Parts: sequence; C-alpha cells; structure tokens
Amino acid sequence: MNLTLHVWRQSGPKEPGKLEQYEAKNVSPDQSFLEMLDEVNEHLIKEGKDPIVFDHDCREGICGMCSQVINGVPHGGQERTTVCQLHMRRFNDGDTIYIEPWRALAFPILKDLIVDRDALEKIMQAGGYTSCHTGGVADGNALLVPKPDADYAMDAAECIGCGACVAACPNGSAMLYTSAKVAQLAALPQGKAEAAERVCAMTDAMQAAGFGNCSNHYECQAACPKGINVKFIARLNREYQKALFK
Amino acid sequence: MILDGKCPKGPIQTSWDRHRFDLKLVNPANKRKYKILVVGTGLAGGAAAASLGELGYNVEAFCYQDSARRAHSIAAQGGINAAKNYPNDGDSIYRLFYDTIKGGDFRAREADVWRLAQVSNNIIDQCVAQGVPFARDYAGYLDNRSFGGAQVSRTFYARGQTGQQLLLGAYSALSRQVKAGTVKLFARTEMLDLVVVDGEAKGITVRDLITGEIRTHVGDAVVLATGGYVNVFYLSTNAMGCSVTANWRAHKKGAFFANPCYTQIHPTCIPQSGDHQSKLTLMSESLRNDGRCWAPKKKGDNRHPNEIPEDERDYYLERKYPSFGNLAPRDIASRAAKEQCDDGRGVGPGGRGVNLDFSAAIQRVGEDTIRERYGNLFEMYEKITDENAYKQPMRMYPAPHYSMGGLWVDYNCESNVPGLFVLGEANFSVHGANRLGASALMQGLADGYFVIPYTIANYLAKTKPGAVKADHPECKKSIEDVKSYNNRLLNVNGKKTVSEFHRELGKIMWENVGMARSEETLKDAIKKIPVLREEFWKNVKVTGKGEELNQQLENAGRVADFLEFGELMAKDALHRNESCGGHFRVEHQMPDGEAKRDDENYCYVGAWEFKGVDKEPELHKEPLAFENVHLAVRSYK
Repeated sequence: MNLTLHVWRQSGPKEPGKLEQYEAKNVSPDQSFLEMLDEVNEHLIKEGKDPIVFDHDCREGICGMCSQVINGVPHGGQERTTVCQLHMRRFNDGDTIYIEPWRALAFPILKDLIVDRDALEKIMQAGGYTSCHTGGVADGNALLVPKPDADYAMDAAECIGCGACVAACPNGSAMLYTSAKVAQLAALPQGKAEAAERVCAMTDAMQAAGFGNCSNHYECQAACPKGINVKFIARLNREYQKALFK
Repeated sequence: MILDGKCPKGPIQTSWDRHRFDLKLVNPANKRKYKILVVGTGLAGGAAAASLGELGYNVEAFCYQDSARRAHSIAAQGGINAAKNYPNDGDSIYRLFYDTIKGGDFRAREADVWRLAQVSNNIIDQCVAQGVPFARDYAGYLDNRSFGGAQVSRTFYARGQTGQQLLLGAYSALSRQVKAGTVKLFARTEMLDLVVVDGEAKGITVRDLITGEIRTHVGDAVVLATGGYVNVFYLSTNAMGCSVTANWRAHKKGAFFANPCYTQIHPTCIPQSGDHQSKLTLMSESLRNDGRCWAPKKKGDNRHPNEIPEDERDYYLERKYPSFGNLAPRDIASRAAKEQCDDGRGVGPGGRGVNLDFSAAIQRVGEDTIRERYGNLFEMYEKITDENAYKQPMRMYPAPHYSMGGLWVDYNCESNVPGLFVLGEANFSVHGANRLGASALMQGLADGYFVIPYTIANYLAKTKPGAVKADHPECKKSIEDVKSYNNRLLNVNGKKTVSEFHRELGKIMWENVGMARSEETLKDAIKKIPVLREEFWKNVKVTGKGEELNQQLENAGRVADFLEFGELMAKDALHRNESCGGHFRVEHQMPDGEAKRDDENYCYVGAWEFKGVDKEPELHKEPLAFENVHLAVRSYK
C-alpha cells in the first residue's frame, strides 16, 4: 500500500518545528510501523536528506522507548499496543498519517519525534523503591503475599514508563505513571513500611517536575499500551489521604 | 599464553566462602574516594551500580537509552532460576550447578558456576524485598515453573515479564542511590573507547547522544555490563541498540575476547515475514511447559495445522528426547526444529517454521489457565502475526538470541586488563557453550548484586584513588581517536546506507556462522567479511554531523565494529574443530545428529588477543578442569 505521512520535524529543543510531508510506497501489511519509517528513512538518506529521528529499542513492546503520537493518539490507538508493535495491516492503502512527538510541558522535544522524559526519572528517584539493602534481606517466603495482592501489584507493575499517559492527558499529568508504582509497592508487605512517605515524596516530585494535575479524563488508561487501570489513581489518592493523617 | 582463571582450590562447596575471606577489603571511610564507572544499566550493570553506590563508592553509571530502566534485560520473559527447592522436588545448589555445567556442554568453569548456583537463592530474596511481584500460589507462597534442561521446577516468574520486573527492581535500587547521591547517572551516553593508563583501565570515552559531545570520564575501575553481540546476525531478538561496541573497543585496548563462536539460537521465535523485517521476536521458553512442538509427518503438507490428524503429526522433541520432551535445552531444540524444516516438513511461508501447539493443554487445564500463564505472549504473537494461538498452533523458528561468549574474565570477573571488570552477558564465564533458560537473569543479578561488590574491592585496595586525572595524555588521545574515527565515518559519503551493510553482514553470518557451521562455510565467511568491511569504509553514507543527535552515526559505529567482530567470530568457530552446545560443526556429529565434543583437544576457553584490524588475532587458552562433574556425553534422551 501507499501512504502519505505528515511528520513533525524539529532540529533542536529551541528551534521551531513543523509538519513535513513524505510518501511511503509499497508498504507491506506485515511491516511494523517503525519498519515503515525505517524505509522512509532509507530513501531520505539516499537522497542526502536528514532522516527522521525517533526513539525505539526493543521493538517488542516492553522497553518503553518508542513514543509517537499517530493521528492524534499516543502509540496509534490500537488497544494495548506500543508503536513498535503496531503493524501496517491496521492502515489502508491511500491513508494519510500524522506523526508527532509526545506533547507535554514536562517533556521538551529534543529533535523530531524524540522528547526528554527525564521528569519521569525524578518521580521514581523520589521514592519509587523499597529501601532494602543489597544482601541481608529475609527469605522470599518469609512474608506471605496473598495471590490477589500479588496479582494486583503485578497489574500495576506492568507499566513500561513510556509516558503515553502524560501525552494523552489534557493536563499533561503523570498521575497514572506515578500511581502505578505507588499502588504496586503499597499492595505488597515489603513496600508497606514506607508507603506514606513514598506517596508524598513521589506526588511532590511529580508536581515539581512540571506535570499537571489529574481531572479524571481517563485518556491515560485508553492510551496506555499495558492497559494500566485508573483504579491505581484512586489508590494513590487514598494512600495520599492516609498519609496526611499520619 | 596459558590463562589462569584464578579459581579457588579445594572443595568446591566452600570455594566462594573461602575466596571471599581471602579478598582484600576497602575501609568504609575510604570507599567514597574511589570512583567506579559502570557501563550498561541492565540487570548486571544496574544491580552493580546500585550495590556499589550503596556500599559507599562514588559511582557513575552510563546507558545509551534515555532511562536506566530500558536495557534489554527488560525483554526477558520466562523466569529466573534459583535452587530454593521450594517445590520439594529434589533441587539443590549441587543440582543447579550440575544442570548448568551439563547444559553448557562442559565448556564453563566449575567454580564460577558453583558460585552462581550458591547465590541464586539470595537473588530471589533480594528481589522479593525490592517489591518484585513474583507469581504466588493461593497460600501466598512463591510459585515455580519448569524450564528447559532441568527436571525440577526451579524457575521463579512474574507472568511473562520476569526480566522487566527484575530490571525494575534493580532500577528502583539504582534510583534510590541516585537520590542518595552515590550514583550519578548518564543516560543517552554511549561508550566508545576504554582509557588504559599504564596497562590498567582508568576511564572511558563516551559520546553524548544528544549533543554529540565526546568526553572522557576517569575512574579507579571500569565495569562493563554491556550485553551481548548477536545483532551481528542483523536479525536477532536483541534490541536495536544492542551492539558489541563497548566490548569490542575494550578488546582493541587489550581485553581478550573469549569463545566468540558460542552463540545461542533460541528455538521459539516468530518466523521472519519478509525482507523489511528489522528484528525477530522471541516467545518465551516457558511456553514449552504447555506447548508441544510438532511438524507434519508428510513432506510439503500444506493443510491448515488444525486439519492435520494426530497420527500424521511428528512431535519430534517428545519422540527424540522422551525424558525431557518439549523441555529439551535450547541448542538441541533449535537444531531439531531446523532438521524438520531442512527435511521439507516445515510449516508457514518458505517452510521455515514448526508448530507450537497448545490445544492439548487447553483441553487439560482450560483456556483461562493458559491465558493466566502466558496471556501477554499470546497477545504479542497475535499483534505480530495476526493469528490467534488459542485457536491454532503458533509458528516458530529459531533465531539468534544470546551470546555465551564475551570478554574473558577471571573468577573475580576481572578481565586480563587490570581494573576492567565485565559482568553479565558481556563476559563469557558461566554458560559454557549453551545457556539454559532462566539462567541469564540469574547470572546478571548474581554478578551485579553478589559478586562484584566483593571482588572489586580486592583490586581497589591495591590502587591509589584518583591517580589518573581527566587531563592525562591518554584521555586526550582517546578523545582525539574517537573524534577522528567518527569523522572518518561521516566523511566517506558513499552510496549505501548503514543498514544495508548490516543486512549484508547478517546474511553472511547467518548462512555461514549460524546454526550449522562447516569448515567450508566458515572459510567463506572469513573471505567475505573483510571484503564487505573494505566496501563499508569506501561506500557507506552517514548523513548529518557529529555534534548533534545523529542516529545514523551511532549505528555506523556499531556496524563498523560488527564488521570486525564477525570475522573473529568466524575464526573462533573455524579453530574449534568440534561441536559443543550452540557451536555446531556439521563435520563433528554423532550418528544420530547430536553434537560431538572433542574433550581431548578442545576442553579449554579460547581467548583472543587483538593484534590489529586485518591482522591475525592471537589465541590464548585457559584449560578447563572438571573435578566435580564428570565429563560425559550430554544426553537428554
């Protein structure tokens, strides 16, 4: 199939950017979206033009590196799918596709489709851990974890930290991302001891990093390639309330 | 030169404990005076940086991704082994040790493997304490499943995302140290040279992938945890950014490369769909707990798999290896799959595939249970192939997945260059010629959490902290060398793209140095690779500048290294006139097609010394002694 692409090109963080048009020809339905872009780039290079830069690495939907807004939707709108796992069979011959970077105050654009997601790191560094030392911990079975709690924690822990939730949110909020880690650790006995401190520190860091607040649009859940549920935001709010009374 | 692995002598059961006592220590107050550079933030690097920072060392950690959480350890699906024996099914440290030695086809060091098995149990405890949500049973206890090459259930898992969860555990520990100020993190930074001063590793030269700045970081020791090199095949299950570059540049500065021909071709990957493909996707070995591998008995049987009756299917693994069945080790399962396809009984496009069938398991335990065990894998399979594996078998074909070879290290994980330590997949130490499933995660975390924190002190205690400064002539020279190398790449201005060269190299490697190798194919590769390399330096086109975000330049450097490394890999494979594990020479096989080792002549680690591009590398040997497991023909029948 043949496609018309409108791709955001921006040479640096301070430079103005704009959409530029490219043609993608003879695209196979079995190609992934990124492989389609690879071929467009091969042509650009041969013409001596600067190829489109975009973040990607594992290309199997788990590293969280890829980050593109396709036709206005982070990761392209296929349920529970990252850009790298999106395949061209989801598109039709003759389609026009708009490709843009994550757009959020906390994610400055570095070049073309690549943004700086360091703000997410700040949230994790504020408290996204248990303060256990290497070595000197108890046997793995010393504290039993009821299966429902372990499953709940795992549901939250599936977050790949791509930032699609932020890109999808009209407020540019990182609530889903932050809440996933808060909920995972609050649900496990190993994380309970520091739950109050953690939720306060991570929420503060989120605000300091320039993310907006949550006003319950739930766009984040719809865009999340791992289907992280907004119930974790409710859990964060509950943990936060509890912490205030401590 | 005969290399000495410096393994402790005496009874193996106490070897690590005695060795730890013999290692020198660094006084707590002195630790902060030492700077350690850790390259790579996967399981090994992340765990190492976090643990060393926590001990009080001054750590700088580097990764090429935009976050330390994205290293390719994250893609490991199935699980992590440990000798906990929770299921009471006969496991022990000795059995894990034995299985790993045997699984590696008797080409690993006994002492290293023993230590790995011994600390495996600590790893599970550590990860649980970090909040890793391992699968639990209804009573709240940790759950286990089975993996290839073992007859006990010793694999701990977190759905089909075990690597992700373990890496996030290490990443959280690392984040904690970043906050504490003991670790300074440099993301989007790629190591391009090792700085060696008076024969010891004292720094690295890196490129800032955003600004293109080339700069040197000096330290008192360098730890490489930079992963494997199977992207030399172009198509592999590795992430796009995985490369041999850090290892190769260290190799060019004197570090020996051990057993580069030991590569793992994983049996269950989604077959290639066309020439446009940029990578292959693995389906976890854990699927073989419930999935049965089969090929049609008739050649060229094009019927839909569901229409092929039971008695016309060849469940070849169950037939050939009744005691291990579908859980035969990876090298054996891969060769068996290739055998079916070479026999004209493959399925799917081009006949390059075999079936992995879940219908029996779905009948036995129900679709919901299968979904709970492997739901995300079935989903991933459907996204790529548009086929529903609950309704029809998955199609699978082997693909390059892991490298058992790597930089040579001694028992302390220290390379032959003093001060240069190598961890995880980047070193060669524990998997011999074939790695068992769920052992890579174990090794990465063992090296990072429980080996390097002890062994690095032994080196540091003998050195003066901060001896080399950033203005040292070696640092300046290294920066100049890297800059001029990159400029050379940018100035060729030829006609072919970097990825065209990478594809061509991959084709040479896969056809000649892939699953089946012969003297003829290897000599062919050794002839073709230098020709391609020469063409690369005359005809590659790299757009843009060095002083900007330039992904073409990044890739060009990596492919340039693969073009040198590929030749060494072929030479190693040619020199090793035997078959063992993942290294299968067609000239050396048993009458039934199994690998035929030559213990008399090849029971050693082959470590290569770099002598210059286009010059013959020099082979050094480290003899392997088996005192606790008897050298025997590996049988899974």
